[in-house]
Amino acid sequence: METFLLPWRSLRRSPSFTGCDMEKKTVLRKPKGFIDVYKHKPGAEKDRTHYCPGCGHGILHKLIAEALEDFDLVEKTIVISPVGCSVFAYYYFHTGNLQVAHGRAPAVASAVSRANPDSVVISYQGDGDLAAIGGNNIIQAANRGENMVVFFVNNAIYGMTGGQMAPTTLAGQKTTTTPYGRNVKTDGYPIQVCELINTFTAPVYVTRTSLHDMPNIRKTRTAVRKAIMNAKEKKGFSFVEVLSMCPSGWKKDSLQSQQWIKEDMIPRFPLDVFRDISEDAEAVERPVPVMDPEEVKKIFGYSDFKAGTIQKNPEANFEKVFLRVSGFGGQGIMSTGIALANVGMEYDYNVSWLPSYGPEMRGGTANCSVKIQEDMIGASEVTEPNIIIAMNQPSLEKFEKIMVPGGALIYNSTLIDIEPSRNDVDIYPVPITGIADELGDTRVQSMVSVGAFAAITGLFDPEEIVRLMPSLFEGKPDKVLRMNEEAVRRGHNYVTENFSV
Amino acid sequence: MSESRKYPFPEIDSNICKGCKLCIAACPTNVLVISDKLNSKGFHFSEYIGEGCVGCGNCFYTCPEPSAVIVYLKDYVSEEVS
Amino acid sequence: MPRKLMKGNHASVYGAILAGCEAYYGYPITPASEIAESASTLFPKFGRIFLQAESEVAAINMVYGAAGCGQRVMTGSSGPGISLKQEGLSYCAGSALPCVVVDIMRGGPGLGNIGPEQSDYNQVVKGGGHGNYRNIVLAPNSAQEMCDLTMLAFELADKYRNPAFVLTDGVIGQMMEAVDLPEPVSEFPDKSDWAVKGTDETRHLINSIYLDHDDLEEWNRELERKYELIQKNEVLVEEYMMDDAEIVTIGYGSSSRVLRSAVDMARENGIKLGLFRPITLFPFPVDEIAKLPEAGIRGILTVEMSTGQLVDDVNLALKGRMISDLYSRLGGNVPSAVEILEKISELYGV
Ligand SMILES: Cc1ncc(C[n+]2csc(CCOP(=O)(O)OP(=O)(O)O)c2C)c(N)n1
Ligand code: SF4
Ligand code: SF4
Ligand code: SF4
Repeated sequence: METFLLPWRSLRRSPSFTGCDMEKKTVLRKPKGFIDVYKHKPGAEKDRTHYCPGCGHGILHKLIAEALEDFDLVEKTIVISPVGCSVFAYYYFHTGNLQVAHGRAPAVASAVSRANPDSVVISYQGDGDLAAIGGNNIIQAANRGENMVVFFVNNAIYGMTGGQMAPTTLAGQKTTTTPYGRNVKTDGYPIQVCELINTFTAPVYVTRTSLHDMPNIRKTRTAVRKAIMNAKEKKGFSFVEVLSMCPSGWKKDSLQSQQWIKEDMIPRFPLDVFRDISEDAEAVERPVPVMDPEEVKKIFGYSDFKAGTIQKNPEANFEKVFLRVSGFGGQGIMSTGIALANVGMEYDYNVSWLPSYGPEMRGGTANCSVKIQEDMIGASEVTEPNIIIAMNQPSLEKFEKIMVPGGALIYNSTLIDIEPSRNDVDIYPVPITGIADELGDTRVQSMVSVGAFAAITGLFDPEEIVRLMPSLFEGKPDKVLRMNEEAVRRGHNYVTENFSV
Repeated sequence: MSESRKYPFPEIDSNICKGCKLCIAACPTNVLVISDKLNSKGFHFSEYIGEGCVGCGNCFYTCPEPSAVIVYLKDYVSEEVS
Repeated sequence: MPRKLMKGNHASVYGAILAGCEAYYGYPITPASEIAESASTLFPKFGRIFLQAESEVAAINMVYGAAGCGQRVMTGSSGPGISLKQEGLSYCAGSALPCVVVDIMRGGPGLGNIGPEQSDYNQVVKGGGHGNYRNIVLAPNSAQEMCDLTMLAFELADKYRNPAFVLTDGVIGQMMEAVDLPEPVSEFPDKSDWAVKGTDETRHLINSIYLDHDDLEEWNRELERKYELIQKNEVLVEEYMMDDAEIVTIGYGSSSRVLRSAVDMARENGIKLGLFRPITLFPFPVDEIAKLPEAGIRGILTVEMSTGQLVDDVNLALKGRMISDLYSRLGGNVPSAVEILEKISELYGV
């Protein structure tokens, strides 16, 4: 005679989970975790499941539904139905339900659990779903320690599609796609999922149970209840693998199927509590989203963003700026462009900035396009610059060629000792790196360029640029601001002192 | 259910039973049998022989059909009464 | 309005937060990684969820989960990642789940390269995954629109319970422009009649299975009616110098920016060129394009960074009354205004 289970091994640590609370009941009947009438099920038979006679899915469903009722969790539970024979789990559970794509239940459940941190989220999956197509999804959800329960029905076969090989199919087992038996040399070995999950740090409870006889069904019941309680208490990731009969797929009757689990499956899939650290696990906490508009604006810092307030210079030398800045990576090429676009914006111009993009970024060269103009800007890439700032010789050679006549060619005379070849543009050799070095930090060369640009174009007043420093160098220490202010003035002065602009 | 029935006892919905016999194998007192009769779905259903149930609950827990088996345990008071 | 210089990619994330997006699930891919990076910086400041998923497949399924729970949710990717998301998008559409996907297109097929292309047009605008469904597709061409159209995408997604795309390329994503930041959205649709929120009253079902053939046909008809409604209500276009145009160029996204420059240059040379820019790609501006032949236009040139994906839709809309010519650049090359004008003079003798 089969006897009641004894609480086993590490489960003993949680006295509430002996599974013996059945004694408190006076009747055992369809648990309230199930929908009364299976309204989502098409056809007339809304009072019974679609599962084959003797199928393990139904047994596990019942244990889950009972636990949800007993712990008063039916309303706050969300069940994810997979693809597989349990694709219709949503017919039965009187919970929130999402039916999802093949293998993706753990990914969906991860988001569901984050969206509803107070819910019990159950990912219910078969072996094809979980261990084949969804292998990475289960691994990653486990590794993240998502607050959810996974019920993994291992029936060593693809039930729904008519009995093909599963990742857990036993060596030598015949299926419709292993008609000669699973050949481990070509098909690999049955995957031991609990053992795999147990290699991760985050999961709190990992166990494998079986439905092959009453003591084991009761152990499964205990495991189900423990896992669901873990989710209720937000303990993190619990994984319950259940060896389960598929009489149809195995072409055996129910009792032979139970026998087959006992004799053939268990040697490869030993029943065990692989891990139980739920007692010590801290509750998973999720933040509360800020949705209040005023609060949102405050966090963005709306009050700091004011642009377009500086008066334009009607006597500027340029109406439109089509600028290319170029040089080595590390010469502040991008930041020169961004600073100019920012200042242009403060003058209420339309501005655009486009970095060199793609393969060009490799190999240590960098360039960007900047447009500053009254009208709306079309293309953001500057193909015919009227101004270039060339910080090194290759840049000068490359970009002077595409300049329009009458433009301004600014080059870094500290590093470039050749003469530009163009004689139809205004040429401004400025020792940009030299000035920066004199100020004590090569990195301020961007602002030297900005100062020189302001002087040559007449678009910007250097003192206005200085006033914008705190927003250009957000969060940088005062010392950095001072040095960059000085760089703008020096760049500007160098141009006004050496050239007539 | 008739008042004369002795608790505990199982009640099997012959129409919903799929005849898988898991309950029969799980019953410690062998008081469940498979019927000669067929139900509307063509299954030989499981039946209680009418006495000897000890209320262990095995048939309930092993049955894959949520509403095929009810077990009324010793202290059960019918809902109408309570 | 508060103004800030920012990249299109960042503007999209600002737009998402302003629209009340509660969760971002993504997987890095150039040139869309900046969106994920920006979301990972900003979302936690607002108590919102950012999670780097294990793949695009996982990310879109997380989106499915969050959307099923009634959250405004978003993911971002590029060509190869969008290909991977197609199954999940089909599930979102089939389960009528609102969500927003930003696609910063890159060069393909295969790994292609990370330069700007517009070759995801077909897989995004035509549906892409299995089954009869459409995505709402918005095509920004500036940093400002990256913000505004991302916000609109959330609104339309919720309005129609449908996936909505923000479809653009690396140029718009990388480009910095001034963005006027709008007011945050303060009112959100009530989804408690269908979203699963882990409460007694929200024990709903999110599902795309209809076993009965008639039921599934009816569901497809309902989707069809929804797409007709979207087609009727939501078309957005921009027209530039169209009033007296004799030749029209059609383009979206970054190529439309170049086309604007081309129009300006053409006008300086006395060529009556106009720009017609679809802002919504689904719904496609079919009626608006169909009217072009009547307006005294003698040439239509579609310019795209793909081999004739957009021009197919233009020609369908023209119903054979005119045929649009095509100019395309590929592989990460962006057409220049000059080359477009050369093409126009070659085709139309101006
Ligand atoms: C992407 C995709 N590939 C394949 C299928 C077909 N399919 C449906 S169920 C299934 C196997 C399910 O087997 P398992 O997870 O072991 O569950 P069981 O049916 O045994 O309970 C497959 C391959 C699908 N629905 N979707
Ligand atoms: S095929 Fe197997 S797993 Fe599927 S319902 Fe039948 S017995 Fe159960
Ligand atoms: S409750 Fe136990 S003893 Fe009674 S019929 Fe069921 S299995 Fe047999
Ligand atoms: S276990 Fe359930 S379905 Fe199977 S024979 Fe017994 S009552 Fe019938």
